[in-house]
Amino acid sequence: MKKEVKSSVPADSEIVLGILNDSKEILSRLYISYFPMVLQLVLKNNGNEDDAKDVFQESVIVLYNKVKAGNFELNSKLKTFLYSVCRRLWLKRLNEQSKTIRNIQDFSEIIAVEDDLEKHEEKDRQFAIMESALMQLGEPCKTIIEDYYIHNRSMQEICEKFGYTNADNAKTQKYKCLQRLKKLFFQT
Amino acid sequence: MKSDLELTNLIDAYLKEELSGSVLADFEQLRKSDPSFDMKVVEHRNFISNLSDYGSRVKLSSDMNMIHESLDIQAIKDEVAPEVPRHIRLWKKYRINTAIAASVAFVAISATLLSTGYFSKSISTNVNLLRREINSIKRSQNALIKNINDKPAKGPADPGEFGGTGFALSSNGYLVTNFHVVDGADSVYVQNSEGEAFKVKLIYQDPAYDLAVLQITDPDFEKLASLPYTFKKATSDVGEDVFTIGFPRDEQVLGNGYVSARNGYAGDTVAYQVSIPVNPGNSGGPLLDNRGNVIGIINRKQALIDGAAFAIKSSFILKSIEAIPQDSLDEKLVVNKRNTLAGLSRKDQFKKLEPYIYMVKVY
Repeated sequence: MKKEVKSSVPADSEIVLGILNDSKEILSRLYISYFPMVLQLVLKNNGNEDDAKDVFQESVIVLYNKVKAGNFELNSKLKTFLYSVCRRLWLKRLNEQSKTIRNIQDFSEIIAVEDDLEKHEEKDRQFAIMESALMQLGEPCKTIIEDYYIHNRSMQEICEKFGYTNADNAKTQKYKCLQRLKKLFFQT
Repeated sequence: MKSDLELTNLIDAYLKEELSGSVLADFEQLRKSDPSFDMKVVEHRNFISNLSDYGSRVKLSSDMNMIHESLDIQAIKDEVAPEVPRHIRLWKKYRINTAIAASVAFVAISATLLSTGYFSKSISTNVNLLRREINSIKRSQNALIKNINDKPAKGPADPGEFGGTGFALSSNGYLVTNFHVVDGADSVYVQNSEGEAFKVKLIYQDPAYDLAVLQITDPDFEKLASLPYTFKKATSDVGEDVFTIGFPRDEQVLGNGYVSARNGYAGDTVAYQVSIPVNPGNSGGPLLDNRGNVIGIINRKQALIDGAAFAIKSSFILKSIEAIPQDSLDEKLVVNKRNTLAGLSRKDQFKKLEPYIYMVKVY
């Protein structure tokens, strides 16, 4: 009972361009186009919709990292790439839950994505460490760091937001916070 | 030498491309001349890129969650994976377990049966069963024919092959008995209670109702006095007391009982079930109620069941008599309409009935 999921799918090149430009619209269209396929895969293979959501979002992250790393070559359809990543991720997760599945029900062709997933796992580890380090950092350090380094706010804005008397004080504070974050990050 | 704080701020500014002019030139110069500073810059940049990767991933996740929340998941679910009925889902989920369980059960049962020697026994058991079944059918249908050969050697000089009972239909020598008693007979004789034997001929047979009408053709036969009993047309009620007289041996034997069911063997509406002691030889004997009406004619009993004898209803005897073409008869067959047994005690009834009941001997 294999069923192709059809919807207005954006062209692959369009997506790649959209990812590079951080286009929200492309992300949304990508999501709408390809999530059903993954939902189908997971539902038919012992999972529920939350599993499908996690697996699919992870695969999108893999795609984004791959595209943003620059050396992205489109040597298969994006759909096949996403499907293959999700399939691997889901099988891995089933394995972790010590649920075995004898015959996975496939809905699309697959390609080898082991290299991408290895890179992803490394990134994922970094991400987890960074997340926990930031969690341990506490306020207001966390917000200062996030504002300055992630949201790219200027020192002046941060200074006003936190009510520091001058930018130097804010800079000192930011420096201290960064040192602590580095310490937390590298010790784990 | 600048402090670490100042250097860090400088690197931050450099990475954010806020430096310009001479400051930028100085910075580039410092990186080239001081490898440890260059290391510091690279290290810092890696860390910051790590941090911004983290940031973009968090943003991507939250964007995706927003998109996800805007989707109608249920609709997509229905489209990609139509809900299958519960029993099919359960079956799909557990079919392997079921198969394994069934196999285990099968093996266990087989092993048990094998180890207890069931298989080696079962063949003969089945044969026994079958044989018993055939026997029981045969026996339950077995007519109450008495094999006279079974009797002790000191019996009469020329014993018949089979024996049964018959009784008079009219005073001029017509008798009725069971068809199975005279079936396939070469010649048939009847013998009354006094031991006189008469040759009879078969004038009518009705295998469907198991009835046969005989006529005494012997010239020695003298007409009987008029019959003391009548034939009851209606069906008797269950529970009615009845009795029969027959020849299970060389002497008339009286048996008492009651009608125990309106229908006969396997729902046969032609017969009653009667709870009465009967034996081979009783076949063809009259079944009478207390007032001396013939309500039936004993024809069989069921094997392996206590007290289940069967008697053809008297209305079928009357039907048989009507079915005989009257002009083919030498003498008219008139069924008696007057009953002289009513109100008598059983022993007086027996005495009066004795001359009308014959042993049928078949050669």
